[in-house]
Amino acid sequence: MGRLKRLGARSTLYAVVAFFALFSAFPFFWMVITTFKRSHDLYTLENNPFLFNEPPTLEHLHGLFFDTWFVQYLINTFFVGVVVVAITLVVAVPAAYSLTRWAGRWGENLGIGIFLTYLVPPTLLFIPLSRVIGVLGLQETLWSLILIYPTFTIPFCTWLLMGFFKSIPPDIEEQALIDGYSRLGAMLKIVLPLSIPGILTVVVFAFTLTMHEFIYALAFISSSSLKTVSIGVPTELIGEFFEWGQLMAGALIPSILVAIMYTFFLDRFIAGFTVGAVKG
Amino acid sequence: MMKAVERQPKAAVLGAPTFWGHLVDSERMLAPLMIAPAILYIVALVGFPFLLAIYYSLSDATIGNLSLNFVGLRNFIAVLEDPVFRQSLKNTIIFTLVSQVLVLVLAKILALALLKDFRGKWLARFLILLPWTAPIALGTIGWMWMLDSIFSPIDWMLRQVGLLGAPGAILGTASNLYWLGIPSLAMTSVILVHTWRMLPLATVILLAGLTAIPQEILDAVEVDGAGFWRRLFQIMIPMLIPIISIAALFGVIFTFTDMVIVYVLTQGGPVHSTQVLASWAFFKGIEAGDLAQGAAIALFLFPLMACMAIFMLRLARRTEVT
Repeated sequence: MGRLKRLGARSTLYAVVAFFALFSAFPFFWMVITTFKRSHDLYTLENNPFLFNEPPTLEHLHGLFFDTWFVQYLINTFFVGVVVVAITLVVAVPAAYSLTRWAGRWGENLGIGIFLTYLVPPTLLFIPLSRVIGVLGLQETLWSLILIYPTFTIPFCTWLLMGFFKSIPPDIEEQALIDGYSRLGAMLKIVLPLSIPGILTVVVFAFTLTMHEFIYALAFISSSSLKTVSIGVPTELIGEFFEWGQLMAGALIPSILVAIMYTFFLDRFIAGFTVGAVKG
Repeated sequence: MMKAVERQPKAAVLGAPTFWGHLVDSERMLAPLMIAPAILYIVALVGFPFLLAIYYSLSDATIGNLSLNFVGLRNFIAVLEDPVFRQSLKNTIIFTLVSQVLVLVLAKILALALLKDFRGKWLARFLILLPWTAPIALGTIGWMWMLDSIFSPIDWMLRQVGLLGAPGAILGTASNLYWLGIPSLAMTSVILVHTWRMLPLATVILLAGLTAIPQEILDAVEVDGAGFWRRLFQIMIPMLIPIISIAALFGVIFTFTDMVIVYVLTQGGPVHSTQVLASWAFFKGIEAGDLAQGAAIALFLFPLMACMAIFMLRLARRTEVT
């Protein structure tokens, strides 16, 4: 009896998980099918859309890489991502360290204040910022994005790093000071090497956040050759005539790349979101 | 204090303390110096633009015109009288509330399932997280194709089971539902995509909360004879209130201020029936070039943000005390 009940619970569990996995992944599954389907097969209404009624093809992938700006979007996105990550690290690492170690109670509040600016939505700021970008002469350049993206990566990464620095016992630095290191030296040579996992997490998040960003890129950039992946694919590949095969391939490739990076580090990301609400 | 005294001889050995030597060893000087760049960045590119948004909303700024005149509340009055704005405000609230209720209920179910161990869990986790981990603009394109007016696979399935496109079919005799072409279905689609997008985040947040409930408590109640539902409603949910509010907080903020899903999926159409505050501010402010009205529309997002921030601060304080 107990065994039968357990079997029932087990199948319910699998059914629930399978249902949600299908719901969540379906649009991506659909992208995979469309990417490899011949155009004739795609646009024949009588065909079962879930099956390959004609042999699969690489024509859409070929078109995507050779007839569109897609590769340029990838290069632009990568360039912006790398520079933004560098700026974020240079600004957020010292700030987080200083806030956790030296500023005390006051630092805690300032840290929360900095995190809250992460919640100020781009949709509230893109109008004045488009003017700021214009005055600085950065419109239609990737530098506009490089200047603005740290406004959301710095608050979030500072907050994440504060969590990491708190987990490193201060005794380690006290010992380093006794050994003759300066305050700054103790941070650079002792604490930072211990924080490599935290810093790596921050690198991945800052990078994925820039890959996800849409609104600023849409507001500041309109030349095809300067677009990032997240605006290039939805605005440029959807032309007068829908090339669904190319469009789906263009959406699928960056999605999977980002998803793989992100999933690895997600637990730390959530630890940042849940602040102190989970004691653990 | 003690330490400073101990290190004194060392500095003497190295020679007279230079400016740098002093700087790298002084907490009082290093602390503000190291925080300053972050604060400056935020003040210059979040604080200042925010004030600029308020200033624009009280002026007659347009993209082409650099001279600004103060016009008082005229923009806000014009915005409030605009039926499209009222529709956008209503839609924003509907989309947020409906999708977040769905998200919290579904996330709770999914989190309970993911709490268990089973084979292939890593793959299930990867797939379930996809809507959140992949860029939303790209995920929404997938939905756009699935909700296509002619080639929608959803319509195809409905046709196969005879619910659509046959004489006397429940959903109509037309061959397609036109998901994004009919106002009520377009709104349903936007809500569906919002729910799809926020479900993973809420799930992992709730999962973090569930794992933190000590197993002994659950075991003890089970020994006392409490069934699954009593454990769920009388023990787990009450214990999870703080974490559920965190999930709701992020869900509401991200949904309320989002314009990507609407921009990619419907462009606010058909005839503004899915327009939201953020997308309407974009169309007015950037595409039509009316910075002043765009800023006024976007500022309506702020009161909610402020309430959320206060709520968040109080929650953070409370958990610190306990």
